[in-house]
Amino acid sequence: MLNRNDILATQDMIDKRHLDIRTITMGISLMDCCDPDLGVCCDKIYRKITTCAKDLVKVGEDIEKEFGIPIVNKRISVTPISIVAGSCQTDSYVEIAKTLDAAAKTCGVNFIGGFSALVQKGCTTGDWKLIRSIPEAMRQTERVCASVNVGSTKAGINMDAVAEMGRIIKKTAELTADNDGLGCAKVVVFANAVEDNPFMAGAFHGVGEPECVLNVGVSGPGVVYHALQSVKGQPFDVVAETIKKTAFQITRMGQLVGQEASRRLGVPFGIVDLSLAPTPAVGDSVARILEEMGLEVCGTHGTTAALAMLNDAVKKGGVMASNHVGGLSGAFIPVSEDEGMIAAAESGTLVLDKLEAMTCVCSVGLDMIAVPGDTSAATISAIIADEAAIGMVNSKTTAVRIIPAPGKDVGGRVEMGGLLGSAPVMPVHDKSSEAFVARGGRIPAPLQSLKN
Amino acid sequence: MKAIVTVVGKDRVGIIAGVCTALAGFNVNVLDISQTVMQGYFTMMMAAEVSACNVPLAELVTKMDEIGKEMGLSIRVQREDIFEAMHRI
Repeated sequence: MLNRNDILATQDMIDKRHLDIRTITMGISLMDCCDPDLGVCCDKIYRKITTCAKDLVKVGEDIEKEFGIPIVNKRISVTPISIVAGSCQTDSYVEIAKTLDAAAKTCGVNFIGGFSALVQKGCTTGDWKLIRSIPEAMRQTERVCASVNVGSTKAGINMDAVAEMGRIIKKTAELTADNDGLGCAKVVVFANAVEDNPFMAGAFHGVGEPECVLNVGVSGPGVVYHALQSVKGQPFDVVAETIKKTAFQITRMGQLVGQEASRRLGVPFGIVDLSLAPTPAVGDSVARILEEMGLEVCGTHGTTAALAMLNDAVKKGGVMASNHVGGLSGAFIPVSEDEGMIAAAESGTLVLDKLEAMTCVCSVGLDMIAVPGDTSAATISAIIADEAAIGMVNSKTTAVRIIPAPGKDVGGRVEMGGLLGSAPVMPVHDKSSEAFVARGGRIPAPLQSLKN
Repeated sequence: MKAIVTVVGKDRVGIIAGVCTALAGFNVNVLDISQTVMQGYFTMMMAAEVSACNVPLAELVTKMDEIGKEMGLSIRVQREDIFEAMHRI
């Protein structure tokens, strides 16, 4: 029989340390839904999604019960809509967003990702239509997530798209001003976007993916934080080992749940995303892990080094625990979704520039950050360009999910509710980037040798 | 398929009898029991064979939880795989 301490340890992680499976996300190809007639296209999309994912939520709930581990989110990602809708004779894809929203509601999932365009090298007519549909789509839907990939290591950065996304984000905030600009929490701008990401808002089902696939994202900052409390004052070698062991255990849960879910749904198992995804709950924070390593407040000097080590150890521990690793894989640092990050930002220690440095060494990027409502579109575009440059040069995924909080200034706060949490409005530099963004064109792909 | 049944509560007469009777009612075979009483609190872990269980496993989890509440205990049923996965390579 199993060791009773092992049993108690697992139960303790679930009961007291917020161990959970953050998401099981079903990726569904919509390539067979293309049609010149918008109505027919929407019908096909609705039917395909509600057929493939009809049992997703039920299977997820059954597994939760049988294993006794929470699966917080059940979600769906689809082929980037700019590709699916490319042949539709229409100027706006808002109707398709509404169809995705309806399908998500029918299936009972809380988010559906894939209202997306991949424009790192240039925009097709369909890509422009999609990008320009984003603000209205975010206003009229509840569960649809949009993403646009504006750069990559191989293609460089599409600065025309970067400039447009600044304006799109501003417009989305204005159209959803009643909810503190909530629409912007569902729009993410990527560089080096991945095709098998299970996490929202950036999930989409890449064109290299199979017909239907199941990807899993794990979580567990609370478990890591607790484990580190037992190695106080010890050298980093010990800290890294402790994180690796914990990450292994967390990831094994994801692997087990993913395999079981894919078997029951009759869908191939894709990847486990080796992630540390925080929630606004106390005791489930990535910032608090960094502070446990010896930083007074997250964001002070040493934070980047601490995060680099955490991120690397999470991957090393997780890799052995799963047979296929993918997605974004790394520690997430979404400000509004992390109780410790919120506190650090409110105290003024964690600022945008430090967050940008942190994104060089961890998963994704400037995530769930509120900035003053009067921040110009050019400044937002410039922030996106900076982040895309970090991704492009370092061959990693970076992203920006930023909320120019309507009518709010530094010291204010936006309330997103639920897992999206709440974010203090953070200051941005007041000097203009207007002329920089106005240039447009494309930043050439970087050299991949002579690295320094 | 095996499951681990964890029972925690204030010690009194008939806990093992009550839990085992309930499990027998669902055609669940108890394979192993490990129990201890610490400071008046009863903690028991059982390995059980649930392949022949006469209700779906998710329902067994709910039913045993309800029975636990009636008995003033916490009864948790979880598939063994979760512990194996986490603690065995």
